[in-house]
Amino acid sequence: MLNASLNELSAALAQKKISSAELTQLFLDRTSRLNGALNAFITVDAEKSLAQALAADERIAKGDAKPLTGIPVAHKDIFVTKGWRTTCGSKMLSNFVSPYDAHVIERFNAAGAVILGKTNMDEFAMGSSSETSFYGPVKNPWGPAYVPGGSSGGSTAAIAARMAPAATGTDTGGSIRQPAALSGVSGLKPTYGLVSRYGMIAFASSLDQGGPIAKSAEDLALLLNVMAGFDERDSTSVERAAEDYRRELDRPLAGLRVGVPKEHFGGGLAAEVGKAIEAALAQLEKLGAKRVPVNLPSSGLSVPAYYVIAPAEASSNLSRFDGVRYGHRAKEYRDLADMYFRTRAEGFGAEVRRRILIGTYVLSHGYYDAYYLKAQKIRRLIADDFVAAFKQCDLIVGPTAPTVAFKIGAKAADPVQMYLNDIYTIPANLAGLPAMSIPCGFGKDDLPVGLHIVGNYFSEARMLNLAHQYQKATDWHQREPGGIRP
Amino acid sequence: MNWEIVIGLETHAQLSTQSKMFSGASTAFGAAPNTQASAVDIALPGVLPVANKDAVERAIRFGLAVGGENAINRRSVFARKNYFYPDLPKGYQISQYELPIVKGGEIRILTKSGEKAVRLTRAHLEEDAGKSLHEAFRDSSGIDLNRAGVPLLEIVSEPDMRSAEEAVAYAKTLHSLVRWIGICDGNMQEGSFRCDANVSVRRPGGPLGTRAEIKNLNSFRFLEHAIEFEAKRQIDILDDGGKIVQETRLYDADRDETRAMRTKEEAHDYRYFPDPDLSPLEVSEKWMGEIKAKLPELPEAKRKRYQIEYALSLYDASLLTDTREKAEYFELVCRSLEGPAPKTVANWITGELSALLNDRGIDFSQLLISGKAFAKLLDRIKDGTISANVAKEILHGMANGEGDADAIIAKRGLKQISDAGAIEKIVDQVIAANPKQVEDYRAGKEKAFNSLVGQVMKATQGKANPAQVNEILKRKLAG
Repeated sequence: MLNASLNELSAALAQKKISSAELTQLFLDRTSRLNGALNAFITVDAEKSLAQALAADERIAKGDAKPLTGIPVAHKDIFVTKGWRTTCGSKMLSNFVSPYDAHVIERFNAAGAVILGKTNMDEFAMGSSSETSFYGPVKNPWGPAYVPGGSSGGSTAAIAARMAPAATGTDTGGSIRQPAALSGVSGLKPTYGLVSRYGMIAFASSLDQGGPIAKSAEDLALLLNVMAGFDERDSTSVERAAEDYRRELDRPLAGLRVGVPKEHFGGGLAAEVGKAIEAALAQLEKLGAKRVPVNLPSSGLSVPAYYVIAPAEASSNLSRFDGVRYGHRAKEYRDLADMYFRTRAEGFGAEVRRRILIGTYVLSHGYYDAYYLKAQKIRRLIADDFVAAFKQCDLIVGPTAPTVAFKIGAKAADPVQMYLNDIYTIPANLAGLPAMSIPCGFGKDDLPVGLHIVGNYFSEARMLNLAHQYQKATDWHQREPGGIRP
Repeated sequence: MNWEIVIGLETHAQLSTQSKMFSGASTAFGAAPNTQASAVDIALPGVLPVANKDAVERAIRFGLAVGGENAINRRSVFARKNYFYPDLPKGYQISQYELPIVKGGEIRILTKSGEKAVRLTRAHLEEDAGKSLHEAFRDSSGIDLNRAGVPLLEIVSEPDMRSAEEAVAYAKTLHSLVRWIGICDGNMQEGSFRCDANVSVRRPGGPLGTRAEIKNLNSFRFLEHAIEFEAKRQIDILDDGGKIVQETRLYDADRDETRAMRTKEEAHDYRYFPDPDLSPLEVSEKWMGEIKAKLPELPEAKRKRYQIEYALSLYDASLLTDTREKAEYFELVCRSLEGPAPKTVANWITGELSALLNDRGIDFSQLLISGKAFAKLLDRIKDGTISANVAKEILHGMANGEGDADAIIAKRGLKQISDAGAIEKIVDQVIAANPKQVEDYRAGKEKAFNSLVGQVMKATQGKANPAQVNEILKRKLAG
C-alpha cells in the first residue's frame, strides 16, 4: 500500500480492500516512526485525520466517492487549514490556528481527501534546502546528511519516504520542483493563476503558485484535477473551463518537439546531472520525441531579477506579521515602535529578515527605478524568450537543479550559492509558465536527479503526457530510498 | 507688501457602497467594534483583496462628471503604500499611485467675485484604515477595524484657490456633486467627506511658497478657520523674516489653531509599488458608456438650462441646484404648474420651502408635499383663491400631512374674499369705526391708509384679496 499509486489506492478503497481509516492509520504509523529522523512534518494530528477518514469511509459506503475520497494528503504548512495550526515554518505563526481553509484545502476536503498533517518547509517558503524552518531542518530520505531541497522539502521528503501518498507544495522560484528533484519525486508547478492562492500564505504574490507533489505524473494529474479551478477570491485566478489533466497521459510522444536550451547546460551544471539528463533526452527520442535546440538568452538574468522582485513583494507581504492581531508578540517592549522591532526580530529567522531588508531597500525612494523597475523589464525579456522558444518546440526539457542534494549546512552561510540552486527553475516563475520535475536517475552517493519540463501556458496535460510516457518506459520514479529503515 | 494665499485641497469621499473596497464586509456606520471586519480586513495570513466593482463604478461616475470620458484612465493600477501602524492591518494601504482611475477635470465654483474653475489633478481609489481607540483603555490602545477597507475616492485639486472663501466654495460644490451623482452620502460627522488643505503664501505672481498640509478637516467651518489661521501664521513668519517649514499640521477646533504634526524630514518612505494581488483595472468603452448613460443631468448643465429655459438669474439657478433633490423638485413643480412663472417657483423653493425644511431638519425626500401639490398651491395664489400670506400657512399644513391646498382652504375657510360687495361692506364698517385714521389720511398721512388696510384684513382674517381692498378703500376714501 505504501508504494501504491493513487489510482490503486482509490480502487482498493472502492473495493473495500482497505478502509480510509486503515489507510490513514498506516501512513500515520509510518510517519510517527520516521518523522523523528526526517522532520518532514511540523504538525500531525491523528485524531483529526482519522475523523476525516471515517467520514470518507461513510461516503464510500454510500457510493458517493470521488477519485481522491479517503486518500490521505500531506499539506505544506503554508496552506491555512481550519482548526489546524498553520506556521509557515516560522516562529511568528507558532501559535496561529487558522479560522478558515485555503481554497486548496477546501478543494481537497470537498473531494473527500484526508488531511494527513502539515509538512515542514523553509520559513515563509524562503529557501532552497528546508533548513530555514523554525522547526528544524528536514532531512533527505536518500541520505539524512543531505537537504531534501526546498522550500517544499517536508512534502517531497514525505513522499520519498512513503509517509504520504500525495502532498501539496508551493513554488515561487522552484520550491516544488527543486525539492522534487533532490528528493527523487515528481512535482508540478502549474501555470500562474491555475491554482487559487487564497489561503496560501503569500511570499511573492506575482510568482507564488501551489501545485501537487507525488510519486508519479499519473498521480500528479489526479491531484491537479482537484487543485486547479477558478476562485473569485483570488483576483489573479484564471477563469477557464475545468479540464481533466489525465486526458493526454496515454498519447504517444511521436512527433513531440522537445526544446533543449543550451543555456541550461552551461558551466554551473554538475557533470553527473548533465549525464542523467542526456540519458533522459535519449530515452525521449527513443519514444518518438524530436530534439530541438532552443535559446533562452536572458535566462542568465533570472536569478538577479528574481532576487529583486521576490524580496520586494515579500517585504510588503510580511508586514502584516506585526504582533498586533495574531501570531508572535514580544513579551516586553517600551513603546509601539519597540514592540514592532522586537516582535519581528524575534519572530523571523535570519533568511526572512535578510529578504525583508533586501525588499525594503529595492523599493526605497531613489532605488525603485534602478532595481524594481529594471527587474520587471528583465522579467518581460525572459517571458519573451519563452514565447520565441515555443514557436520552435512544444515543451522545454533540461535539468531541474544544477547539482544533486548538498549536505545540510553546506550552503547555509552563503546565500548566493544557495540562490543559484534555482537558476533553472526561476525563469518559469518569472514568465508564469507551468513546469515540473520528475526523477530521471542518480548522481553521486545515490542521490536523485530531476528532469525539468517547462510547457507553454496551460499545457499541463501535455507536460504530464511526456512525464507519464517517460515513467512508463523507466522506473526511476518507483525507486525507494534505501537508507530508510523504519 | 501684500501676500497671496494659495490653496489646494485633497478630499476623501467615502464611496456609498454596501461592502468594502476589497472585501465583502459591510460598510454601515456605527456597528460595535470589529463586528464588520472580515478575514480580509483583519489581514489574516493568506487572504487576498478583490476590487469592489460598485466602488470602481462610482469613481468612473465622478470622473465623467468632472471631466467626461477624457478624465477616465482606461487602465489604472492599484499600488501598495507601505507603513506600519496598528490600525493598518496589512502593513500597507491599497491605493492608486502612478496611474489613478481619474485624471484631470474641473469643479466650477461661484463666489462673491464670480464664477471660477478649480482644476483637478486626479482622483484615485483607496481603502480606509481602521481606528485606534485611546480613551477607553489604560496603558494600551484599542483597535477597531470596522473602517478598515472602507472605499474612498481621494480627490486632489490643483493649487487654484486663493482664499478660504474659495476653498469653502470648492469643498461645498464638490460635496454637493458627490451626493448629486450618488457616490457618497456626504455625512461629514461620520467622516464620509473630509478635506486636507495644502496652504502656502506668496507674492502675487511670484513662485509658489513652501506649503503646510492641514489634515482631516471635517466641516466647512473648520476648513475656513484652519486656512485663515494657517495663512496668517505663515504671513506673520514671513513678515518677520522667517522661513516656512514644509510640514503636516493638525487643526485644533477648540483652540482654533493649527499645530505641527510632522515635518518633511520625518515623512515616511511609503515604498509604493503595484499591488501584485490585483490586476490592473481596465475600463472598457462599453462599461463607461453604460455608466455615462445612467449619469443624471449635472448641476452645471442644469444651471445653464435654468438660465435659458426658465429665465432665472445665475444666482437663483445656483441656489436651486444646491442639491439634486431641490433641483428635481423645482423641475417637477414647474412641469405641473398652470399659472405662475418659474421665477415665482424658484422664490418659493429657495425661500419659504427651504426655511420650512431647515426648521424641521428634514430634506426633500422626507417632505410630504409632492411637486404636483406644491404647484397647485402656487396656482391658487395665481388664480386669486388665496393670498401669498395665507399660502404660507397652508404650506405648513400640507407639510403636516393635512391634505392638499384645496382641502386645507376648504377645511379652514381660507378662501380669499374677492367678492367686491362683501369687501365694500367691511370697508364701510372700518371707515365708520375709524374716523381718526380717515381724517389723517385725508390730511395727507399715507401711513393711515396702511392702518385701514390692516383693519380690513384683520376683519376678514386675512382672506380679503389685498388688491381689491386697496382699490375699494381708495375709492371710498376719495368719495
